[in-house]
Amino acid sequence: MKGSRGTRSTVALKILMALSGLAFIGFVLGHMYGNLKAFSGQAAFNEYAEHLRELGEPMLPHSGLLWILRVGLIVALVVHVVTALMLTRRAHAARTQKYAVKKNVASSISSRTMRWGGVTILVFLAWHLLNFTIGKINPATGDTGDAAGDPYSLLVDTFDLWWMTIIYLVAMVALGLHLHHGTWSSIQTLGFTSTAASRARAKAAGWIIAVVVAGGFSLVPLSVLLGIIEK
Amino acid sequence: MASTLDPSGTVATNTAATQTSDDAHGYYTPGEPLVDTNAPTGPIADRWTNRKMDNRLVNPSNRRKLDVIIVGTGLAGGAAAATLGEAGYNVKSFCYQDSPRRAHSIAAQGGINAAKNYKEDGDSTYRLFYDTVKGGDYRSRESNVYRLAEVSANIIDQCVAQGVPFAREYGGLLDNRSFGGVQVSRTFYARGQTGQQLLIGAYQALERQVAAGTVTTYTRHEMLELVMVDGKARGIIARDMVTGAIETHLADVVVLASGGYGNVFYLSTNAMGCNVTATWRAHRKGAYMANPCYTQIHPTCIPVSGDHQSKLTLMSEGLRNDGRIWVPKKKEDCDKDPRDIPEEDRDYYLERIYPSFGNLVPRDIASRQAKNMCDEGRGVGPVVGDFRRGVYLDFADAIKRLGKDGIEEKYDNLLDMYERITGENPYEVPMRIYPAVHYVMGGLWVDYNLESNLEGLFVTGEANFSDHGANRLGASALMQGLADGYFVLPNTIREYLADGPFEKVSEDHPAVVEARTSVEARIDKLMSIKGNRSADSYHKELGLIMWEYCGMERSEDGLRKAIDMIRELKADFWTNLKVLGTADSLNQSLEKAGRVADFIELGELMCIDALNRRESCGGHFRAESQTDEGEALRHDDEFAYVAAWEFGGEGGQPVLHKEDLIYTAIEMKQRSYK
Amino acid sequence: MNLTLNIWRQANATAQGAMHTYQLGDVSEDMSFLEMLDVLNEQLLAADEDPIAFDHDCREGICGSCDLMINGQAHGPEVTTTCQLHMRSFKDGDNITIEPWRADAFPVIKDLMVDRSAFDRIIQSGGFISANTGSAPEANAAPIQRDKALRAFNMATCIGCGACVAACPNGSASLFMGAKITQLGLLPQGQPERDSRVIGMVGQHDAEGFGGCTNIGECTAACPKEIPLDVISQLNKDLRTAIKNGH
Ligand SMILES: Cc1cc2nc3c(=O)[nH]c(=O)nc-3n(C[C@H](O)[C@H](O)[C@H](O)COP(=O)(O)OP(=O)(O)OC[C@H]3O[C@@H](n4cnc5c(N)ncnc54)[C@H](O)[C@@H]3O)c2cc1C
Ligand code: HEM
Ligand code: HEM
Ligand code: SF4
Ligand code: F3S
Ligand code: FES
Repeated sequence: MKGSRGTRSTVALKILMALSGLAFIGFVLGHMYGNLKAFSGQAAFNEYAEHLRELGEPMLPHSGLLWILRVGLIVALVVHVVTALMLTRRAHAARTQKYAVKKNVASSISSRTMRWGGVTILVFLAWHLLNFTIGKINPATGDTGDAAGDPYSLLVDTFDLWWMTIIYLVAMVALGLHLHHGTWSSIQTLGFTSTAASRARAKAAGWIIAVVVAGGFSLVPLSVLLGIIEK
Repeated sequence: MASTLDPSGTVATNTAATQTSDDAHGYYTPGEPLVDTNAPTGPIADRWTNRKMDNRLVNPSNRRKLDVIIVGTGLAGGAAAATLGEAGYNVKSFCYQDSPRRAHSIAAQGGINAAKNYKEDGDSTYRLFYDTVKGGDYRSRESNVYRLAEVSANIIDQCVAQGVPFAREYGGLLDNRSFGGVQVSRTFYARGQTGQQLLIGAYQALERQVAAGTVTTYTRHEMLELVMVDGKARGIIARDMVTGAIETHLADVVVLASGGYGNVFYLSTNAMGCNVTATWRAHRKGAYMANPCYTQIHPTCIPVSGDHQSKLTLMSEGLRNDGRIWVPKKKEDCDKDPRDIPEEDRDYYLERIYPSFGNLVPRDIASRQAKNMCDEGRGVGPVVGDFRRGVYLDFADAIKRLGKDGIEEKYDNLLDMYERITGENPYEVPMRIYPAVHYVMGGLWVDYNLESNLEGLFVTGEANFSDHGANRLGASALMQGLADGYFVLPNTIREYLADGPFEKVSEDHPAVVEARTSVEARIDKLMSIKGNRSADSYHKELGLIMWEYCGMERSEDGLRKAIDMIRELKADFWTNLKVLGTADSLNQSLEKAGRVADFIELGELMCIDALNRRESCGGHFRAESQTDEGEALRHDDEFAYVAAWEFGGEGGQPVLHKEDLIYTAIEMKQRSYK
Repeated sequence: MNLTLNIWRQANATAQGAMHTYQLGDVSEDMSFLEMLDVLNEQLLAADEDPIAFDHDCREGICGSCDLMINGQAHGPEVTTTCQLHMRSFKDGDNITIEPWRADAFPVIKDLMVDRSAFDRIIQSGGFISANTGSAPEANAAPIQRDKALRAFNMATCIGCGACVAACPNGSASLFMGAKITQLGLLPQGQPERDSRVIGMVGQHDAEGFGGCTNIGECTAACPKEIPLDVISQLNKDLRTAIKNGH
């Protein structure tokens, strides 16, 4: 098509999606590592949370780097969700008449659940932020705001509730699935998998990231519930 | 081999034939001799160069005003449309498939010949020319064949430039193989998919011109009539196969590149849609049909498995390099597991009859002997009709010699394909093969410029008769298609178009209206018979008649019988045909009916042509013309001519025009493979 | 064997279609799938019912005409084309559902026949090498590494059947496009137009209404020519490079 622009194509949308997705992967890896500090006890964990806010000082104001990170994440989130919506709309429009019978032969469950998985993560995220940062809602005590105490206490209080742990674990399943396909998919989207071997490596990376991230995150809530971590 | 017998190209090596037999007496009317008034003269090696120079040029600003219709998007039509589009003509390209890329050329497997001499094994333009004329059993025109050999090298350059992925050697240079029994390696190939790769190259060039606005494609359009105005071809009537609309397309010149008519036999290796309609309609409008009975039958096809069979699949001829062909010596053994038949009870009949060539005898001999074995009752495989139609092609020895891996590497996807179709594993059970109709050398008569006897009607590729004589060498049909399409037609059509632009013809010109109404009337007729037999059932019946009597072996009695049977079939067709649905929508039964109607008429002409030609030549064996040892016997003194048939009117007799074949650069020899 | 066939019937592009059920007896396992439909069509004709329209031509697995969705799989249960699928892949008493390719970019023409001209238009938008007839250099002037040539060949075996689109949950034609882009991109001749090719083809692909690829991988599993997913990666990479180069 004459005059068509590469930057407006579905492939370009996908590239944006992959880049924002990769940014998320970087974030969740770091965040998961941070969470594991919970095993080192209340002081270490809270110090770490505080340390996050001091990063970059004195060049940057207090919480400066954190805010840069937050803005980056918000931008990535907007990009990721908007491109997800656009691609989903296109895909639905590409086949309005469905098959009476359709078999899936080669695709993984994770690849077919990306859209619902994404929505699940989004809903989770909203609650999670209310829970831990914006609202600091402590479902155990019903306290909100600063009254909820330090981050460590909030964390332990939250996961002392079995149903909160379940919510988090379900979210981690969704995240693991999303990452299983998303990791390999983003590498393919960026064009680094043009041989069978590199494709196999990208798929392996998908497994590793999914297990490490979902597993790593799940350790803390489980440990709290089982009493390994306590106040 | 550089020798040309007479460098000046004037001293003939043979004298014109005089026919003394007249087997077809009563079936045809003798006509005036035919002369190619555009035939070039002079030293054979200079003829094409001179012709290109002599042909007039068309001013680039005029080209846009010249409309060219090309029917067919195979190698011949697709390449021509792309090239003429590039040159700036206004091209309309037609095909019956849903995309130009699906033309039947896509199915060619083996390769394409070109005199590049990359192997330094003594190949040259002259040798390719010589092999092609000899392979055609001295029934082709030497000037045409020489030109074909000459432009062959350019074809490879052109295709490589387009990105056609030919096989390469480790050094990165193009690879060649030897093919079809010739002694040099001049066949370029792309695994077993050469036709596909060449056609996709031409198709992409064509689509590029569509984007550039010089070519318009009309897919799912079937040409149903030629429009002749004031003695010139000025357009076609086509049916839009989706809407059923009958459309008139007018132009300054019409090119038919509509492929071969092997499907007249019903079962053949051709695609299901291959048909004679485009050329037959032109024939009925006055274009001569040349050598219609010249058919090539390929020995290595997968045999028929039952009455449901719709087409036959070719297995590459290359298999005969390693496989040994045999049938049981005793009829009783024919339904046994071949592995249980001991060596001494097997008849390796080709090795027995032709000890020096063995399994590598030419296609026609291998085919005829296979049919002989089955006719004797020693065929193998399922009983179809009343006998078994198959012989074994056994890889057991080759597997011992090369190992299973060796065979797999060499023939991989072929053997897989065989297993998929037959359900038998060829590594364990000998393969079964049987001959099948594969290619037709006959077609519309054209002169050296590829123009038919109708002014402004050009014919290229398998649709014309020009380059292969009575038999075609392996890998040279692709060569001819692309030679015609890329290099020959674009140069010769100039001479015709230089007189243009011609006066515009209006759609209400009486001749145009007549053509259109005749198409509509014929469709109405087909729809209104409302009998009780499907077009397919007529096609099957015609095929059986043609295979039995006008196939590999033909006899006077058989052909007479066949003509009677075909005439009866035709009468029955027009009273008992059943077509459902409507004409103004997509209707595959209607499409089929129109094609079968034309095949029936063609079949009759093929039998008359075969009856007249009381000689065995090329792929065609006449029972009455054999040596004492039962081998084919040619009669140059009677038949060294092109038989060009003129339509004799509905119910009338065809008129035979003979064009003498005179050679200056080659001497005729009888072939022998004993 | 005896079969129950559920077949999509639709009179024309605008008509409402529906599944119809037919019984077919005496099917031989040596028949190809299309020959089985031929037999059904002869039966329908005899019973004054309109035969079922479906596309086919070579019946050798190479022209790419045939295109049936059989029991939810493009070209049926084997890795091959519909015309090369034989009835021995089924058994007596089977229920077989036959549908046309479903994609809005491939509108149904009649029954099981769809319009795939969108593929031609994608090729028109850049799927070629501009080499005017007669201007070609000597074929052996530029040697091409054998493994590259082989790989280019493998990608060039695409028959344009559209099974990839039919199988893809997003209705994407990325595998088809990627095969062509990869083939031409591997060859020195293909370099000058490399950027414009991918931009043009992807642009047309989107304009035709195919969906975007989310790397699901159903396409390659359905592809009768086993075009690998590599080509989609290559397509993405070429597009990225083209954007970087200012397209
Ligand atoms: C199985 C097989 C293998 C072969 N292998 C080889 C090989 O290895 N080497 C070799 O040299 N040759 C081979 N051949 C022969 C060769 O493929 C053909 O002779 C050649 O491709 C014919 O090309 P063409 O362009 O003349 O016609 P085709 O490719 O047959 O094209 C005909 C075109 O005409 C159109 N058409 C026909 N009728 C109409 C109509 N009425 N209205 C509108 N359009 C119409 C069709 O749509 C099509 O586009 C093989 C043939 C077969 C069957
Ligand atoms: C916020 C809600 C989210 C939604 C709605 C969402 C949705 C999607 C969708 C629809 C896709 C495309 C499917 C595909 O490419 O196969 C996708 C891809 C991806 N997502 Fe998400 N996602 C979300 C959050 C996340 C998060 C939190 C991460 C990482 C931690 C992430 C990582 C990825 C990656 C890596 C890809 C692959 C991109 C590609 O294929 O190129 N996503 N997402
Ligand atoms: C079991 C899993 C998780 C636990 C225990 C957890 C815990 C926490 C805690 C304690 C905080 C507050 C840190 C602070 O204020 O300094 C936090 C913040 C946050 N978490 Fe999680 N988290 C988990 C999973 C996730 C996941 C899967 C995501 C993203 C997909 C996520 C995204 C965030 C974000 C965006 C913030 C806010 C960072 C900020 O801007 O301050 N978390 N999480
Ligand atoms: S990539 Fe495969 S499935 Fe897609 S059109 Fe080509 S051959 Fe068919
Ligand atoms: S199935 Fe579809 S999503 Fe991509 S990998 Fe294949 S085109
Ligand atoms: S009919 Fe040609 S590929 Fe199936």
